[in-house]
Parts: sequence; C-alpha cells; structure tokens
Amino acid sequence: MPVRVERVETRSLHGSAPFDRLRVNDILRHTLLAHGAMRRLKRFFQGGLGLAGALLLLALVVISTFPHLFARRDPYAINADARLRPPAAAHPFGTDELGRDVFSRVVWGTRISLGSALLVVGASGTAGTLLGLVAGYFGGRLDEALMRVADVFIAFPALIMAMAMVALLGPGLTNAMLAIMIIWWPQYARLARGQVAAEKVKPYSEAARAVGRRDLGILFRHILPNCWVPILIKATLDIGVAILLTASLSFLGLGARPPTPELGALVTQGREHLLSAWWYSTFPGLVMFVGVLACNLLGDSLRDVLDPVLSTN
Amino acid sequence: MLRFLIRRTLFFGLVVLGAVAVIFALAHVIPADPARAALGPDASYEQVEHYRREMGLDRPLWIQFWRYLSRLARGDMGVSIVTRNRVSDDLGEAIPATVELLLPSLLFSVLCGIGFGATSAVRRGQAADHLSRILSILGMSLPVFWFGLVLQLVFYKHLSWFPAGGRLPITAVPPDRITGLYAVDALLAGNWESFLQALHYLVLPVITLSTVNVAIVARITRASLLEVLGRDYVRTARAKGLGGWAVIYKHALRNALIPVVTVFGMRVGIMFGGAVLTESIFAWPGVGRYAFYGLRHLDLPVVTAFTIYMTLTYAVLNMLVDASYSLLDPRIRSE
Repeated sequence: MPVRVERVETRSLHGSAPFDRLRVNDILRHTLLAHGAMRRLKRFFQGGLGLAGALLLLALVVISTFPHLFARRDPYAINADARLRPPAAAHPFGTDELGRDVFSRVVWGTRISLGSALLVVGASGTAGTLLGLVAGYFGGRLDEALMRVADVFIAFPALIMAMAMVALLGPGLTNAMLAIMIIWWPQYARLARGQVAAEKVKPYSEAARAVGRRDLGILFRHILPNCWVPILIKATLDIGVAILLTASLSFLGLGARPPTPELGALVTQGREHLLSAWWYSTFPGLVMFVGVLACNLLGDSLRDVLDPVLSTN
Repeated sequence: MLRFLIRRTLFFGLVVLGAVAVIFALAHVIPADPARAALGPDASYEQVEHYRREMGLDRPLWIQFWRYLSRLARGDMGVSIVTRNRVSDDLGEAIPATVELLLPSLLFSVLCGIGFGATSAVRRGQAADHLSRILSILGMSLPVFWFGLVLQLVFYKHLSWFPAGGRLPITAVPPDRITGLYAVDALLAGNWESFLQALHYLVLPVITLSTVNVAIVARITRASLLEVLGRDYVRTARAKGLGGWAVIYKHALRNALIPVVTVFGMRVGIMFGGAVLTESIFAWPGVGRYAFYGLRHLDLPVVTAFTIYMTLTYAVLNMLVDASYSLLDPRIRSE
C-alpha cells in the first residue's frame, strides 16, 4: 500500500497543477481503480481460455448480426440437382435433402439460436432479478409466496418442465422460448433475493436509510450495483444452456419447425439422413457446441475475475 | 430418524396430491381436447362424444379428480389414451428400461467424475490438471442429442463396434423377467451371451447420458478438494507422516464430497431430462420416451402417472442425498 501512495504523490508533484488534498485523493482513487481493473484484465487474459471464449462469442455475434455477409446463398433456396452433396468448395458444409446449402442454413441458424437464447435469458433474467430484488428487500408474504413458487420450478428438471409447457402451449419456436422463460425466471429471482437479503443489512444500506433515502432508491441505486455480478455470471453461462434447451426442444419436435433453420432443428432434420449424409447433422451441432463452449469459457473467466469467492480456481 | 421419515413421507404425499391437482386443473384449462387428440382429426363428432363418455371425460372436474385418486389408491393409474394399455403395465415395462440405462450412467458419472476431479486437484497446475479441466469444460458444453448422433456415426456406421439402438438385437429373446433389467436378469439366469449382448447395447447410450455429468462432477470435485486440501487437518495428517494418497482418500476426499453429493442429487433429476433425449436417439423403450409420446398426444393418464413418478423419484433422491450427508460427515444428523 505505501508504495502506491508514494507513486501517486510523486506523479502529482511532477505536474504543475496546484497541490491540494482533494486532488491527491482523486488521483489515488483513480490509480487504484485502474490498477484493480488492470489486474483483473490481466487475470482475464492470462488464462487464455476467457479470451478464447470472448472471441468465439464475438465471432458468433458478428455472424448472427450480419448473416448475409457470410452466407451468400439463400438458406431456403431449393436445388433439386444438388441433393445431399458432400462438403465441397461450392458448399463448404454440403447440401441437404432439398439441395439447400447447409452452410447458409447454419449461419442463419446461428442467428436464430443465439438470438432466441439472448432473448430468453434477457427476459427471464430481467424479470426474475426484479422480482427477486423486490421480494428480498421487502420480505413478508410476497417473498414467501414467490420463493415457494420458485421452489417448485427449480425442483423439476428444466427440459421436462419445458416439454410439458410446450405440449400445453402447442409446439413452435416462440412457444418453446416462452416456456423456457416461464420456467427460468425463478432461478434469477432466487439468486437476486439471496444477494439482496445479504446486502440490505450491511452498513451502507442502513446509512442510506438513516439519511432518509426512499426504499426503491436504496434498492436500485445502492443495493443493485452491489449484487449484479453473480447475476451477470449466471446469465452468461445460461446463454449456452438456453441454446441447448431450445435445440433439445426442437430435437423433440416441440421447438422450431422446418424449414426454420434453427440449429437444433437442423441437427434433427439431418438425423433422418445420418448414415448417408454425415455432414448434415454434424456441422450444425458443431457450431452449437462451439457457441455453448464460448459461453462456458467466458462465464467461467468472468467468475474467476469478478467473483473470487465463487471462483473454481 | 423414524420421525424424520414419517414427516417426509407425509410431506411428499401432499406434494403428489398437489401435483396431480395441478395437472387436472391445467388439463381443464388448455384449449386442446384429449378425446379429439386420441381419435385423430377424422373421427366424427359422435365418436368423440362416445369416447368422452367412455373415458369419463364428460364428468365435472372434481369428480374426475376424486375417481382418479380412489383408483390410484388401489394402484390403478387408468388406461393410456394412445396405447390403450393400462398405464401401470406400460410403466412396468418402461421403468426397468430407464433404470437399466440410468444406473450404469450414474455409476460411470460418479466414478469417472470423482477420479478426474481428484487427480486434477492433486496434480494442480500440471499437465493432467489442464487436460482434465479442458476436457470437463468441453464435456459440459456438449449438446447431448448431437453427441449421441456423432457416437452413432462413428461407432456404428464407421467402426461397427456398437449397435445403433435398442436394448437387444431384434432377433434375440429377452431373458426371463425377474427385475426387468435385461443385463441383471441374464446374469441371474446364467445366460452369458444375453448378458454380454445387453451390455453391448448399453455402451453408447450410457456414454451419451453420462459425459456431461462426468464433466460437472469432475469440476465440483476439483474445486471442493482444492479447498479441503488447504485445511489444517490435512496439513496435520501430512505432518504425522501419512502418505500422499492416504491423506487424500481418508481425510480430504471424504470431506470434499458433500458439495459433490448435493450437486449430483440435482444432476440425477436433470438426467431424467437427458434420458428423454438419449432414449429417443437410441430407440430405448424407457419412461422418458413414454412420457414424451404421452405429452405430445395429451395422454392425460400417462402425463399424470409420469408426474407422480417424477415426484416420487425426487422424494426418494432427496432422502438419499440427506442420508448420505450423515454417512459422509457423522456430525450431520438427519433431523
């Protein structure tokens, strides 16, 4: 510690600005912050895996945002003369039973899979976090009721619950996403509630209460900034899980339907031709695998860097 | 212990009752019509009405509920709308198939997972640790159904080492039923050929179902063991001259296993979900597939029976997990 303070003081004395206490404190604070951020960034990149995950995810996001730049063929264009062709220069991932370019379908499928996963996690994460914050802060009957509902949803395996929900709602990608959102918000609610329950008794929240801040102000301006880290980490990891869940529902015939090129639906369609056209299922699944892997690598590194207590290292 | 058991049993009885009630309420709310679903779009209005009366679907909901409960008390779960078999008979065929798939998968997940995780923790920072951590993060990211298809492609189509699916060759006669688990029944009958065949058909589905769990168990074991290895009593054990692996097995691992058991208890539930996919890929006639078809055709007796089955499984699992805590750590008492 003394070393850092000295360094800051020398630096500020070198400058021509008038030397006053406030300024030293300011510089000290920024230097320490920068130092902490640098250390974290260094740790983040040191493993290499976190960086790899971030780059992979970035690549997938770019591909999903501008699919037409990468896939020059129409993912729906049927070509009866080029059915079930193996990978070649014209069709890097081969063609399907209708002569459609599997590469283009995978590119557009990435957009659908990643997009729906982000939407599902974003919506259920936001809703769950808000409910959990309120329940944890105010407690009482609302809290009790919310947590019992959450218990039921968390106790059963997500895929089974989602299957049941989609069977009731009717199959389709939108309903599959809706079902996953319905069964997922409680996890965020439980997480956020636990965080708030721990934070609201800390001195800073009591101080904020003591100076007369209103409840919602304390909750969102003071407590939320102190408890978003585990939620963000969970959300990052969950994007991968959401991709898998949506794809699994498609595989069971409850999610995206043909001709929609969702990655899980592509693997499913390719299954019919598994023994004669290996490329058809393999490439969409591989891209899905890479996407989930990227989320896991990034989420893990974020956890190591942002939340040393939860770190697995 | 007895009081604990009684309280738990009563509690889960209530949960089952609640779950059945929710299914009945939902079935009444949804727009789809189970009678129409069972007979298909070509059935006439009269046929549908007749079927509805025959199945008791025209009665008020609470009467249907009460009749269901009183039949359930006698072990009658009704007749499946799709297969037209008694649900209890169908489940009697399907449950052993799923158990035969789940038991080896659980065993494989636990043994490999703890093995990899412990090696990783003990050799922290070395090549074995890096390899095991990379494998585990790869394993965690695998889409189960895609992995199953790739296994079929490689080991069935290209190498012809393992069959593509089913429990036994189509031409083979299943062993006489004792437990319903083909491998166990064949072994009990002393039929080695059938036993080996049953095992042969199990390999790919078991790998498909357990890979993700091996990865997760390995990660948790590693993290938990690393924490325990830094504790004072481990240093004491080392200081009094115990050898490396003796300390790990007798002192550290046992204490490190509690979080592993907790997470694994949850994973087993998730494996029931994974079993739906695995059973679907490998044409395995288990509960997952049965429930899946039941759900797709809104086969209410099947869906209700499956809910009861899942709830009971969860109840038993939770009790086992709680009981294993006190086995691993005598300071924890199940009260």
